[in-house]
Order: sequence, then C-alpha cells, then structure tokens
Amino acid sequence: MLIDTRGLSCPQPVLMVYPHLSGTDPVDVLVDNTTSQENVSRAAAKNGWKVEAKEEGDGIVRLELRR
Amino acid sequence: MTPPPDRDGRILHGFSNNEDAVLVKAPPAGLALVQTVDILGPIGNDARLFGQTAAANALSDVYAMGGRPWSVMNIAAFPSPTAESDTPLSILADILSGAMEKVAEAGAVLAGGHTLDDDLIKFGLSVTGVIDPALAARNDGLCPGDVLILTKPLGTGILATALKAKWPGSGEGESEMYRWTTRLNAHASEVIRATRLKAATDITGFGLGGHVLEMAEGSGVSVELETASLPFMPQVEEFASCGLIPAGTYRNRDYCSCRTTVAEGADELRATLAFDAQTSGGLLLAVPAGRVQEACERLAALGEPAFRVGRVLPLREKKERLVLA
Repeated sequence: MLIDTRGLSCPQPVLMVYPHLSGTDPVDVLVDNTTSQENVSRAAAKNGWKVEAKEEGDGIVRLELRR
Repeated sequence: MTPPPDRDGRILHGFSNNEDAVLVKAPPAGLALVQTVDILGPIGNDARLFGQTAAANALSDVYAMGGRPWSVMNIAAFPSPTAESDTPLSILADILSGAMEKVAEAGAVLAGGHTLDDDLIKFGLSVTGVIDPALAARNDGLCPGDVLILTKPLGTGILATALKAKWPGSGEGESEMYRWTTRLNAHASEVIRATRLKAATDITGFGLGGHVLEMAEGSGVSVELETASLPFMPQVEEFASCGLIPAGTYRNRDYCSCRTTVAEGADELRATLAFDAQTSGGLLLAVPAGRVQEACERLAALGEPAFRVGRVLPLREKKERLVLA
C-alpha cells in the first residue's frame, strides 16, 4: 500500500494514514514537509508501528511503516 | 450588535451620524496610552465564541503590560453578500456580538471600526489602553531568580487541529478551547499592578517557548521551563501523540532550536508542545522569588490559575538561551 500525501497539509496526511494502522499490511507514505513526516510518524508509533524514513530527493521522504 | 456601555462618557462625539472618526476623551493626566492591534482567522465553529476569542486575544496585549483597556475599534474582513457567497451576514453579526460582550466585560468603549470585502473571514480589534508608565510590565524585564507563572493551560493549537480533523472527542475539545480562549486576562493584569511586576507577556502565536525566548533575549538572561510542570488542556497530549500537531507549532520549535537545549530525560512530546501556537493564551508573569506567594495568593483570590512553569537563569551560552528541563 502506497499513500501519497504530497501537496497536502496537516491534518490531511494523518487522516489518510490512520485507517490503515489498524491492519498489519506494510504501508509506505510519501510526505513532502516535516509537519507531515513528524505527524505521520507519531501516529504510526502510537499504534505500535515501526517507521523508517528514506530520502527520495526534492524534499520528498518515503516513510516505511511496518507492524 | 449592542455596543458596550459608555458609563463615564468617554465617547465625546460618536459615529451615529455617519462620522468617519470618533472623538474620545483623553485618559486622566499622568497615564500613558498603550496601543495594539491583533486580527485572527476563524478558530472553531462558533461565530460568537470566535468573536469573543478574537476580542480577548487583542485586549490581552494591553493586559500583558498591566494596562486597562480604554477604547477599541473593530476590524473585520468578510465576503460581501453575492450570488456566489454562501456566508450569511448573520455570521458577521454574531462575531461582532461576541466581541462586544468581551469589550463590555473589559470596561472599554467602542470607537468605531472598519469592514473590508474579502473571501476569507478575519476579525480583530485595535485596542487603546491606559497605564501608569512607571508600572508597565515589559518583555525585557526578566531578572535571574524570577519564577515564571502562567495563567492559562496550553494546547489551543492542538485542539483546533483535532477539530479541523473532526477527530473523535474533538467536540469536547472545542468547548474546552473556547472556555480558555474567551477568558480575559484582566485579573492577571490586576496582579501585575498590585504586585508591581517588572516583566510579563501574553502567550500567543509563538507558543510559550517562543515568547519566553524573546523575553530572555530582550532581558540578557536564560530561561528554564520544566516540561513536567507544563499545564495542558484535557486531551491535548492524547491528540498530539496521534499526530495532530499544527505546522505552526513545529515551525516555532524549529525556529527556536538553535537557541534551545532540551535536557536529557525531558519528554520529547512535551518539549514540542511547549511551542504550541496559542490563540488568546494566558499571561506569563515573571515574579521575584520573594513575592511568589503573594502573587499566587492574589491570583487565587481573583479565581485565576497560577501554573509555575519555570525560572529565570543567569545568561548561559547561546544554545542554552532556553532550557527545556
């Protein structure tokens, strides 16, 4: 599952990711600002997910959320 | 809209006959004017309570110096009624009504106002207050040893974000937010005068951390905030841990980061929330150690909270201008 939150501002990215945090399938999230990156990471960590951030260039970060 | 009462005839010639300016009586001799203006975009979903909030927020700048509001002018931006506009004019009427309730509570009079046509609603006041210039509390008056007392809990930025997200429980959060944002800082201002405090500020857009840092720099000192002692409104930490933190809060934190040290063991979330952008926040009072009990007793007698959040330190290196312990 890939969720693209580029161009969206808080709280939209968290609202898009949250429903998937009750499952177990891996989720990748593309973010393009630090607010989205930190907020999505917090939401995932709170629900027991591990988060790895990978720079994709041009200010875009791929957050790999794994249960 | 009912204008606030003018009990002592402060308005000498009003705007009722289409006058473009208003004649206002000067304050008693010896007092100085304290002037400010503040305008907000809507917060929450209730027009009247937004009006109250915007008014309390603008009046707060006068209170933070220890002043008393004397007269105000409304400033509103509102979409003019057209076929495309679905914003009824009654919203503007509700905003103004709410604002005038707070102006009346503050004992100030209305000296007019201005409305402009804009797609986005904004509202605020220009406020003129009066103050004995010798007793004005300032941003740059911190002294090492002063204890920092905050008079409202933190978290309006988080609660407004949860509301925007329609997050479960955010409705109760909205009531709690309005309970504080509509509250005048009049009592805390009274304590500034009665206790003859030299330094105070009101906590708004830069958050507690940002405003304290400004004070520390102006005063040539460092400041320590105790993250464990920071008071938050109910649900704020829960919402924040779900990722409902507004961009402005992160911006405040990052802007201050090169002058801020977060102590080992300090809670990361609380250290971030120290920078939560506040709307109509409380006053931060700097109280000399020997007068803390007196100030707290005065606040309690007026029904005002007193949260002890930190202390002023002698100047440290640049990175430790603000220490989050």
